[in-house]
Amino acid sequence: MNSYITRRLLGMVPTLILISMIVFVVIQLPPGDIVTSTLDRMQAQGVEVSAEQIQNLRAQYNLDQPMVLQYLSWIGNFVTGDMGYSYLFSRPVNELVWERLGYTLLITVSALLFTWAVAVPAGIYSAVRQYSVGDYVLTTVMLMGLATPSFLLALVAMYIGYEWFGISIGGLFSPEYRDVPWSLARVGDFLSHLWIPMVVVGLGGTASTMRILRANLLDELNKPYVVTARAKGVKPIKLLIKYPLRIAINPFISTIGLLLPALISGEAIVSIVLGLPTTGPALIEALINQDMYLAGSFLMLLSILTVVGMLLSDLLLAWADPRIRYE
Amino acid sequence: MSELAADIQFEAVSPRQLAWIRFKRHRLAMVSGGFLIFIYLTAALCEFITPYGTDTRNVQAINAPPMSVHFFDKAGEFQLRPFVYGYDMHINADTWMRDYIENPEKRYPIYFLARGERYEFWNLFYSDIHLFTTGKEGYLHLFGTDQLGRDLFSRVFYGARVSLSIGILGVTLTLFLGVLLGGLAGYIGGLVDRIVQRVIEVLQSLPTLPLWMALSAALPVSWSSLGVYFGITIILSLFGWPALARQVRGKFLALREEDFVMSARLLGAGRMRVIFKHMLPSFNSHMIATATLAVPGMILGETALSFLGIGLRPPVVSWGVLMQQAQNYQVIVLTPWLLLPGLFVVLTVMAFNLLGDGLRDAVDPYSTAGQD
Repeated sequence: MNSYITRRLLGMVPTLILISMIVFVVIQLPPGDIVTSTLDRMQAQGVEVSAEQIQNLRAQYNLDQPMVLQYLSWIGNFVTGDMGYSYLFSRPVNELVWERLGYTLLITVSALLFTWAVAVPAGIYSAVRQYSVGDYVLTTVMLMGLATPSFLLALVAMYIGYEWFGISIGGLFSPEYRDVPWSLARVGDFLSHLWIPMVVVGLGGTASTMRILRANLLDELNKPYVVTARAKGVKPIKLLIKYPLRIAINPFISTIGLLLPALISGEAIVSIVLGLPTTGPALIEALINQDMYLAGSFLMLLSILTVVGMLLSDLLLAWADPRIRYE
Repeated sequence: MSELAADIQFEAVSPRQLAWIRFKRHRLAMVSGGFLIFIYLTAALCEFITPYGTDTRNVQAINAPPMSVHFFDKAGEFQLRPFVYGYDMHINADTWMRDYIENPEKRYPIYFLARGERYEFWNLFYSDIHLFTTGKEGYLHLFGTDQLGRDLFSRVFYGARVSLSIGILGVTLTLFLGVLLGGLAGYIGGLVDRIVQRVIEVLQSLPTLPLWMALSAALPVSWSSLGVYFGITIILSLFGWPALARQVRGKFLALREEDFVMSARLLGAGRMRVIFKHMLPSFNSHMIATATLAVPGMILGETALSFLGIGLRPPVVSWGVLMQQAQNYQVIVLTPWLLLPGLFVVLTVMAFNLLGDGLRDAVDPYSTAGQD
């Protein structure tokens, strides 16, 4: 197991380097750079800028150096924890990202748990009762969840919340709890707000997860050992949980890795619609305003989050299935 | 030729016919296929099908709810020709919003294949024949209107043209990239294979939407609508090809060892010829099924980006651009019909998924789907 973990951790290094290159290229793409947008802002305020000042500014951001060196200094600073300065918020990026990233992580993980909590029982039910009315109903509902863009789901949730329950949905806290320190009441208020993004983000992934589990379980249920056990009189529930489900759940673990990028994407857009204080809204604002240090840090951190999540799912799979460790 | 052999009736069925037989058993996939053909036809002919153009404004109906079509008049008499009632507008004293109430005195019959607003069909010729219209008098808004008084029904079908074509165009591009790179990796192997594999792995582990957002925010504002349209399509395909390439690579690895590939190579066929002439045809039906399942991702991607305001921009009309109007909370509560384009997105995406499932089962020669 240890050698497997080491191998996987080492394998992550080139992946992360490649990702950082992609992110760097992406944030360099827009025409102009930090200096030109700073100059625009200064000129709009009526400040005269001399050619020398421009030169100084460019030197300050290493913009006078070749692309490769710019990349190296950016990634070097990033690794040592210096993510640059955000012009949009006039604060170092470090101070901005962690809290938002924490909320993103929280919503994504709870959405993942929600996906399982729904998809596993649903998948088991539709496999055991294949072609029953319940199977068709579940499949249809899940397919609709898959087909509905998450932002539309968020909008519909907002509409239903207002029309049926008379509550305004949005944000992660009620106004009275927004800027107070953490307390039990604040946690309660937070949880009462959390479930909507959780359901909206999680619903998109349930369909595929349920289909995979259903297919896996159906393969197992038709095998002779199940028939034998049934003929011997093993209780149906015990039989199901003890053998076929355990085998069917294995390939299921590996789908976490595929689910994560989708969940993080969904979280970004749902947060923008619902106005949650997570990475999504800040990322799009940073992108539109060309605040590239901030945008780059968010992109990088979200990608790292996904890669680490995939690693964890791989380790989990290796722990559950010895065959993978010794491959 | 013996008597006996002539008597036996052999039923010969080609693989394609077999697939069609299997596909026909998949009723949901059949229905979805029909729906998609229908919606693509309406999108292609939208100038004729819709009563108004995309920018026609009706100042008598701003933010008006969908109109209902009537068959019975005030007296309760059945009328063969359907009609709608015009609106009376009041200002609601509580919300300061316009309230619309149907006025039975204003009756506008609906004429089919009649003359209405003038339009240019496919930039080819001018016409004013519409599938249905109230003619010169009155107005007809089956899906209601937006805050500028533009007919939502017309805009949904014009939007379909853009959103649906992005789906097809994007998938074509994805298919090309996926087959090319996956094919090269699987066929050449070695270093090329390792590089492609690594790139696939990285691209698949990235959260797509944030990167799409970054790339489309980078599209210059000065670009024309057409430029942005192609830009968005390319961005969507850039992250779509890895899944496909992975499948193609797997197929190529398996096929490379087959005898027919070996003999083609021994006969002196070039690399590209072997790939495109001999290997690809043996699994192109499989590719079509996979491509069908990839279309929804493209459509959803365009919708999400345009909804966020960094994809297609007005005056271009797409489903995402239409949804952009419904971004704000008050708008949804007061004018919920602006969410209707979303319904079309859901239906189309669902139809593509079901059709893809059906096709995949149908083209798999070992499939037993639909036989039990």
